[in-house]
Amino acid sequence: MFVGAMKDKQANSRLVLDNVSHSFGTLHVLHDMNLDVNPGEVVVLVGPSGCGKTTILNLLSGYIKPVSGSVIREGVIRTVYQHDGLFPWLTVSENISLGLRSVKDAALRNKEMLELIELIHLEGFEHTYPHQLSGGMRQRVELARVLAGDSDILLMDEPFSSLDYQTRLRMRRELVRLLEKRHRTVVFVTHDIEEAAQLADRVLVLSSRPATVRRELLIDAPRPRDLADPAVIHAMKEILSELGL
Amino acid sequence: MTEPKIPGRPSAAVQADSTTTQKQTNTLQYLLPAIVLLALLFIWYIVTYVNLFPAYALPSPGAVWKSLLEEIRAGRLINDVIASLWRVAVGFVISATLGIPAGLWLGQHLYARKAFTPMLNFFRFLSPLAWIPFAILWFHIGDKPAIFLIFMASFFPLALATMAAVATIPSIYFRVAKDYNYKGFELLTKVTFPAVLPEVITSLRVSYGIAWVVIVAAEMVGCQDGLGYGIWEARNGLRLDSAVCYMIIIGLLGMGIDRLLTQLTKLPNVRWGYER
Repeated sequence: MFVGAMKDKQANSRLVLDNVSHSFGTLHVLHDMNLDVNPGEVVVLVGPSGCGKTTILNLLSGYIKPVSGSVIREGVIRTVYQHDGLFPWLTVSENISLGLRSVKDAALRNKEMLELIELIHLEGFEHTYPHQLSGGMRQRVELARVLAGDSDILLMDEPFSSLDYQTRLRMRRELVRLLEKRHRTVVFVTHDIEEAAQLADRVLVLSSRPATVRRELLIDAPRPRDLADPAVIHAMKEILSELGL
Repeated sequence: MTEPKIPGRPSAAVQADSTTTQKQTNTLQYLLPAIVLLALLFIWYIVTYVNLFPAYALPSPGAVWKSLLEEIRAGRLINDVIASLWRVAVGFVISATLGIPAGLWLGQHLYARKAFTPMLNFFRFLSPLAWIPFAILWFHIGDKPAIFLIFMASFFPLALATMAAVATIPSIYFRVAKDYNYKGFELLTKVTFPAVLPEVITSLRVSYGIAWVVIVAAEMVGCQDGLGYGIWEARNGLRLDSAVCYMIIIGLLGMGIDRLLTQLTKLPNVRWGYER
């Protein structure tokens, strides 16, 4: 089966930063960073703004090469951006179909498309263009696009930070629900501590530049987690104290 | 009294209003320009009526109307219209098929851009009319020199505008394209081109405007027919009534073709470029 085959493949995905350091000119951004993302795991990186979180994602996606150390990337990697990641000249379904480019069978592709549209609750918006949608709807389309087809690893660069607070809460829940249906390995960058505590299997608290991992925090409470969940509150306390807030 | 609405651009308030307001807006859209047109005709009539200028220097609306009917009946006007439209169309299509790809290529290559931009700018600021002597020496008489001048007038602004549009495509589109394995020619046709299409359409309209202005001048020297030649001949025969006919036709055709090009901006996959 299509979905089953994807799961097996996803289990073989690997994403490793091995002693990675990076700098832009004289600006030292990362120092001896080690990260081994387990298949199916949701890793959230939090840290002060400008600490190099996005640089880590760019290294993981292969967009930039590290100055020293090595990056191991196995599997199909896709990124969800903060905003404007959708092609404005394509409709909702055309944007999602980018994620289905590797699916050759047209019937299967159509079936997947219907499923994805249903999954993100945008039935009736298939032929709408991104600029006609709200911010939350656009991010849902982005989620459908990265989840489509053969993706293994999702990199998320503050995907909900440009949304209003209530939409953000809803989108977190949405993401949990989608990942429940389609398991993926996720590396999620955010400055939102609540978001980290609600979503992560593992939180990495980063120091300010050059970024190093100050603290690794495992959260094994089942998702979706309520904001008032003791595990969430506990995690938030830990992260806050680590950040000195 | 409600404020008059800008035609063709209904504000959010208009859309929210009832359909009667919508109808009112549509009526105003045609009524207001019609009033201006009538006022202009009236002023023209008065000026000729009081003989501010001698009749041979400023023909009256009536004389122009008579001459227009005459030109149409003789079939010369239609012939000139077709000749001019043909030249502009050919010249414009050539410069679009060369200028847009050139702009796409230059936009993607920093060093090519650095190398060619000053040259392109130089020629852009050179009035195409300066090429008239060369056009005639190289292409003699007929369609060719006019087509050449149209090309010289529209190629450079088109190439430059396309280049600038490509160079300023948000990098996020290319990152997304990389995530989904767009490469080479497919990247160009599926990402780069649609990303600049709204700006390309705008520059097509602008350069078409230049081309239409240039055709009149071009036909005054190198041609035996065409709208520009018609004006030239009217001048030689001191038939300014006929010249005014031609001017009216030139203006109307220019507006009409711009209307057609404006239709391109209504394509659903370019709307984003004009609405945000």
